[in-house]
Amino acid sequence: MPEPTFLDSTELVLNMGPQHPSTHGVLRVILKLDGEKVIGTECVIGYLHRGVEKIAENRTYTMFAPYVDRMDYIAAISNGLGYCLAVEKLLKVEAPPRAQVVRVILTELNRIASHLFWLGTHALDIGAITPLFYTLREREEILKIFEDYCGARLTTHAFRIGGLQYEVHDGLERQVKDFCDYIVPKIDEYEELLTNNRIWVERLKGVGILTADECKQFGVTGPVLRAAGVQWDLRKAQPYSGYEKYDFDVPIAHGADTYDRYVVRMLEMRQCVRILRQAVEGIPEGPILAKVGKVIKPAAGEAYVSIEAPKGELGYFIVSDGSTQPYRLRVRPPSLINLQALDRMVRGGLVADVVAIIGTLDIVLGEVDR
Amino acid sequence: MKKFLRTIFLVDLLQGLWVTFRNQHPKHIYTEQYPAERPKVAERYRGAPRLNINPDNGETLCIACNLCALACPENLIVVTSERNEQTRRKELTEFTYDTSRCMFCGLCEDACPVDALELTQDFELATYTRDGLIWDRQLLEEGPKPTPYRF
Repeated sequence: MPEPTFLDSTELVLNMGPQHPSTHGVLRVILKLDGEKVIGTECVIGYLHRGVEKIAENRTYTMFAPYVDRMDYIAAISNGLGYCLAVEKLLKVEAPPRAQVVRVILTELNRIASHLFWLGTHALDIGAITPLFYTLREREEILKIFEDYCGARLTTHAFRIGGLQYEVHDGLERQVKDFCDYIVPKIDEYEELLTNNRIWVERLKGVGILTADECKQFGVTGPVLRAAGVQWDLRKAQPYSGYEKYDFDVPIAHGADTYDRYVVRMLEMRQCVRILRQAVEGIPEGPILAKVGKVIKPAAGEAYVSIEAPKGELGYFIVSDGSTQPYRLRVRPPSLINLQALDRMVRGGLVADVVAIIGTLDIVLGEVDR
Repeated sequence: MKKFLRTIFLVDLLQGLWVTFRNQHPKHIYTEQYPAERPKVAERYRGAPRLNINPDNGETLCIACNLCALACPENLIVVTSERNEQTRRKELTEFTYDTSRCMFCGLCEDACPVDALELTQDFELATYTRDGLIWDRQLLEEGPKPTPYRF
């Protein structure tokens, strides 16, 4: 038998990305293919690396707040909330009740915006172009609320350490209520478009299965974990910012496949509307900023705070040495950790499903690379 | 049987098509005809910086305290001042604001004690040169002059 040459090899190495539109940014996946079958993958990340954690060491606590918006830019408000909560824990202060309620409203709006954006791009990856236009149209309404509240649409910098910088603008309650009434029929519309659509179901059912045990091994959180049947949501498990006051369910599914992740996210948007309706009813009066002082100088120590971002558990770990700048800041980004499960999910599947699985993980490369 | 008929008559696909058809209505058109019609941005919009002047006598409101430059995370503001020997007060001589590095976070306007520096609703900041992005005191006081287009 002669030695097999490269011509005999059936293995094909294919580069996907970093400029592939379906990798949601600059993710490069090296696929090892055997015909149509994927026999291995390797993710190459770092194309969007900006060294955010290092920047934090050279900025004061106040100055660093705008940078966290640039990690997960689809859900900038969630990032801001996580960072502010972490510094507040370090300072041992708590935001006033009014600030907490406004924070919940904006974060939940941001969750809907993030899921809408995910739905649009995920459907686009599968081949359904129409939902993208509709979801972005509805997301625009949320961005308008953000713009009215804090003056920016995407990288909002809405929260400050200790509460809020901006007082609620006139008509926020009205806007949010109108939006709640507006979005629910729209979610029904998306479901009409996709949920029973045979192409959608055929492409997604049974694709990219990640069981609950595997999720726990990889540390995968968020809708991916909940679609595997684990009822784990940090808003319920360890409530922050007054989430214990709201009545909402944590939707789960048991299929652990791409279709069930879609179902879970759609249900989550409806739960967001429920929280928004309760929150906007009772915005308490009072101050919006706790007494933190102009210069934020926490005592030496460390604090870890994790919140339920739209993509999963978003954690901030800050070590303070008693100066005005963090000694070390570490982010636990949900996207990066969820992305690790990609290899497990696509292995043995078809190359056409890779795009669907990257879409279902809902990664944002700004957060993966930081 | 019912499921079979639904499959034959493509009910699920027609349902989706009906949604797209409903959205054909002109009231669902969201396209903005920029720059023919300019969007109205929010009152709190954080756009082009402006250095406010006193409308009565045209003097700057800036007291050259340098707080904005200290608050800026990107260190893009440079304030120079000189001491007026008669009034013993600092007076602003030059104010440089590098909009190419600005991320419009609004920390400088929060820091300003006299509301002299402000982020305004102007959002057309593009120029043809890199130097054009570095705004001096005159440009900051007068505001940007976007190119008018004719249609």
